[in-house]
Amino acid sequence: MSAESSAPPTAAFAALSHWASESVSLLGGLGVLFGDIVRRVIRREFDRSELLRNLYRMGIKSVPIVTVTALFTGGIMVIQAAPIVQRYGAYGLLGWGAGFGTLREIAPLLTALMINGRVGANNTAELGTMAVTEQIDALRALAINPVGFLVAPRFLAIVITLFLSTIFSDALALLGAAYAGWGFLGVEPGVFYRGLTTGLLGFGDVAHGLEKSIVFGIVIGLSSCHFGLSTRGGAPGVGRSVNATVVASAAGIFVLDYLLSFALS
Amino acid sequence: MTSSSEPNPLALAGARSPFAAALGRLVLEQLESVRDLYRVLVLTLYYSLRGAPNKPAFFRQMYEIGNRSLAFLAIVMGFIGMILVYQGGLQTQRVVPDLSLLGATFLQLLVRDLAASICALMLATRVGAGIAAEIGSMVVTEQVDALRMCATDPVDYLIRPRFLACLSMFGALVVIAAGVAFLSGMWTAYAFFGINPHTFANVSMVSIGDLTIGLTKCVAYGAAIPVISGYCGLTAFGGSEGVGAATTRAVVNSSLAVIVLNFVISGAGYLIFG
Repeated sequence: MSAESSAPPTAAFAALSHWASESVSLLGGLGVLFGDIVRRVIRREFDRSELLRNLYRMGIKSVPIVTVTALFTGGIMVIQAAPIVQRYGAYGLLGWGAGFGTLREIAPLLTALMINGRVGANNTAELGTMAVTEQIDALRALAINPVGFLVAPRFLAIVITLFLSTIFSDALALLGAAYAGWGFLGVEPGVFYRGLTTGLLGFGDVAHGLEKSIVFGIVIGLSSCHFGLSTRGGAPGVGRSVNATVVASAAGIFVLDYLLSFALS
Repeated sequence: MTSSSEPNPLALAGARSPFAAALGRLVLEQLESVRDLYRVLVLTLYYSLRGAPNKPAFFRQMYEIGNRSLAFLAIVMGFIGMILVYQGGLQTQRVVPDLSLLGATFLQLLVRDLAASICALMLATRVGAGIAAEIGSMVVTEQVDALRMCATDPVDYLIRPRFLACLSMFGALVVIAAGVAFLSGMWTAYAFFGINPHTFANVSMVSIGDLTIGLTKCVAYGAAIPVISGYCGLTAFGGSEGVGAATTRAVVNSSLAVIVLNFVISGAGYLIFG
């Protein structure tokens, strides 16, 4: 700390410009990678069997985590709404309140955070390990493009996984909410279901959450692949990359969630 | 797990009923990791009470966990405040035209649950991944074995400072984060629904029960995240791939722990305080 305060002001400018150039190079790297992935996906120049393998590893293997998260999240939503519902005696509106919050915000957001932790971090760790052990250079030496073989299938698999997991967790969170409402408030699941379907909620609310999940998937896929490929410096470097990925994706998810809430409503 | 060449009775039973064998192995492995996690937790608590103080490590971790998470948390919580007030206000308008209690309800929700829980999910991501990556790298580069050679327990030397630092900084972070979320929510309410900031800043609905629930969550999350991530880091094996796997496990398990603890504490709080 003392070194910073006694340093001449040029040091602060140097730090600022270093930070700015780092940010710009990160954004540029993400943009170039995204363009490359999109071009390859459109031309179908990516490895199909890698896509299927990654869908299994990322999608099917995440089902237990998504299930647990969704069931508990639904329950938490109802417990938090309980004092308000009791104050107004609005038991019929419980389904609407929980369903609205779950479908539009909480289920897509928490599913994205869990998939970010499990799939995004794992993806960075794998690509980072390949980068530090020079396996990616070996691919290039064999004239296999790493974007077509490694990155594009993973990116597609993450986006598809998150989209399908969000549908799955929407349903499970509502199930958890219905039974938590029964347990804590004595609201019959039938009453909850009627509150959900009386017309205050529409397909638009579900679609709103699903559209968000696609954008979150793009954020997670892009940042995890970028940080993985740019890993340097052995095992500690892999750890640093994974840390940087999960933080960047989480911040990106919240910022884009805010912007999308406006853009889609 | 074992690679003995002679057939053992368990393997023979497994050949007869592979599903039961797989299920049994899963349960045994889970039980074993729960037991190990419990051991790390008890040892951490023991060293926290008994061990010689390690102030430099403690303050460095406080800086690492607290100060360096502040910008990240402030950004996330600022956006969360804006999203929640905007979406909540929009929906409430469909049913009740009167939005004057929006601020009071938002503040109650923030104190009771959202400030602590969303901060904890973010810290499980940032701090959990950081702790697991750091300790995991030390394990695979045999620095932890070197510590054991020097008769130092890695739980004492590595996990205890992180545990104490996270426990002490988490409350402060949650208070700041709640403040940021509330201010950004107040701005959103003023800009989109024309609610006067004086009307919005209404603390009448926050009770002692809400504060107790919120603070209990702070302590529970602050203790759970470093212990789980430290345990995941200590059980890393196998080079840089192992460090990556340990980091992933740390983020997933800490986040799951936060969600399950939230459910338990919220449920208990609702039954106790109403």
